[in-house]
Amino acid sequence: MKADSNKPIIEVKNFTAVMGGEMIIDNISFEVNAGEIFVILGGSGCGKSTLLKHMIGLIEPSAGDIEIEGENIATASEEIKKKIQNRIGVMYQQGALFGSMSLIENVSLPLKEFTTFSPEAIHLIANMKLQMVGLDKYARHMPSEISGGMKKRAAIARAMALDPKILFLDEPSAGLDPITSAELDHLIKRLSRNFNITFVVVTHELESIYSIADRVIMLDKRVKKIVATGKPSYLRDNSDNPWVRQFFRREINTI
Amino acid sequence: MEDIKQANHKTFYEGENLLLEISGILDVTSTPKIWKETSKIIQESKFKKLVIQANGIHDCEGVGIALLFHYKKMARILDVEIEIQGLEKKFEDLLNFFTHENEVKAFVNFQDSWNTPEKIGYHTVQLWEEIKFIINFIGECSVLLFSSLKHPSKIKWLEVVKLAENAGVNALPIIVLIGFLLGLIMSFQSAIPMQRFGAEIFVANLVSMSLFRELGPLMTAVIIAGRTASSFAAELGTMKVSEEIDAITTMGLSPLQFLVIPRLIAGIIISPMLTIFFNLAGLIGSAVVMMSFQYPFITFVNQVLSAVKNPDMFGGLFKATVFGGVISAIGCFHGLNTSTGASSVGESTTKSVVNGIISIAVLDGVFSVLFYYLGV
Repeated sequence: MKADSNKPIIEVKNFTAVMGGEMIIDNISFEVNAGEIFVILGGSGCGKSTLLKHMIGLIEPSAGDIEIEGENIATASEEIKKKIQNRIGVMYQQGALFGSMSLIENVSLPLKEFTTFSPEAIHLIANMKLQMVGLDKYARHMPSEISGGMKKRAAIARAMALDPKILFLDEPSAGLDPITSAELDHLIKRLSRNFNITFVVVTHELESIYSIADRVIMLDKRVKKIVATGKPSYLRDNSDNPWVRQFFRREINTI
Repeated sequence: MEDIKQANHKTFYEGENLLLEISGILDVTSTPKIWKETSKIIQESKFKKLVIQANGIHDCEGVGIALLFHYKKMARILDVEIEIQGLEKKFEDLLNFFTHENEVKAFVNFQDSWNTPEKIGYHTVQLWEEIKFIINFIGECSVLLFSSLKHPSKIKWLEVVKLAENAGVNALPIIVLIGFLLGLIMSFQSAIPMQRFGAEIFVANLVSMSLFRELGPLMTAVIIAGRTASSFAAELGTMKVSEEIDAITTMGLSPLQFLVIPRLIAGIIISPMLTIFFNLAGLIGSAVVMMSFQYPFITFVNQVLSAVKNPDMFGGLFKATVFGGVISAIGCFHGLNTSTGASSVGESTTKSVVNGIISIAVLDGVFSVLFYYLGV
């Protein structure tokens, strides 16, 4: 069921992030394999959203390389960066839907800009993307008229418009009720299996992590490095770092 | 990395059936062409059943599934049977996920279907509602303002001073510049025709009277509207969008008392002061022109002093005071009434400037009539 684990689709090498004079992440390296659901997690302020922003080309790293399908987005020219960004999809934490357009117009935008489909074809494809996230009835609603959970689902539909090979999700479950969150997890797994899409998910919702993650890396803001890598259930039981075990068991310090 | 994937199609008849063989990779680069071409073929052919042979499809992305769904939809519209053969199970499962009941009809906006009388009616009602709100708001603010002035200790004077500095002191450069230029230009333009009658010195009368009575208060108010009303609207609008106004209300404070009154008072204070500077700069500009026409400075001063009397100046400053209050109130009002969405703060800002300028123009007319009857 899972894709070849010896073909990394994303390679991060010696990545360092310094923001506002402060070191956020100190020289980390990791790989994301094609077709897997890869989760980046850690406590608040550990730099996971920052790492994501670097991986999608919004910020240039202070040092290191980020290779997406073999091309280094960290040092790429504007032209090449745009080409790489066309092949990935990003879902932002608050949805980041365009407020002046309806949902279907939002999803249609990448199709209009980057493909040569006819308007009717675009309409059908956009409608299907919305159906996949369960929002087809709200296709003509404006973002301000729908709830937060629906905004996130619409944002995923838009991120998938061009059938990207890699989808980046920034805190997809934040602010969602348990059922919606579970449905979202189910959607992520279904997309990963059926379309062989690689997912890079930033989250700290344990339920989702156990449900969807094939592999995780855990960042720790105290050391600014990766403190754990592997399957979440394995880390919960077998990690030699007590803090990691504590995190996965959702235990507080009772000392 | 840039290679365009290939997808091919072949059609042939088998009895009354149209066989459509699709092969290759269906992704965003390869599918548009095959979509257009095969749709055309299907439209132009006559058949009882459409058979799609999908054995040759190596890879099918979302748009590929969409294409197959499109064939199903076409079959429904053309009222023919459709069969898809040889499709990989996982793609078939995906295809079966989509139903046609929930498809949305394209491009129809409810409001666009109204005819002209309906639209006129809608906008008139909207306009009337807005006018009512403005009058309501100005009334409410006046009441609060007078009650605040009766209890000066309740006003946050530090806040007022900070706002006045921002709205007043920081506006001095532009006020002085425009005042100076206006005085200069007006003097120059009127001196030229007046030269014919040797009456250039009366330019001093003309400019000083216009400045003190009308142009000073009006122009200053317009500049304040552009600078300050917009900034109040944007500030309060952003607070509204980020729920800060709600937070103030649920704490038991009144947003009007807490936010609007300090801004009102600041506007009322700085407006006449800025007008004085505007007038002064205008007179200096005029003096420059007159001196270039060889009139001594003292002559200019005497002319001005003889032309402008106390009622002129104080009338103008009184107008300026009222203008300052009205502009601040309108800026705050639109800020507090910001709706949701990214464009709303921009809309509020624009509305506050436009409404502010319109209001002071109307008020100026009212004052003109009023002063005439009062003999000011």
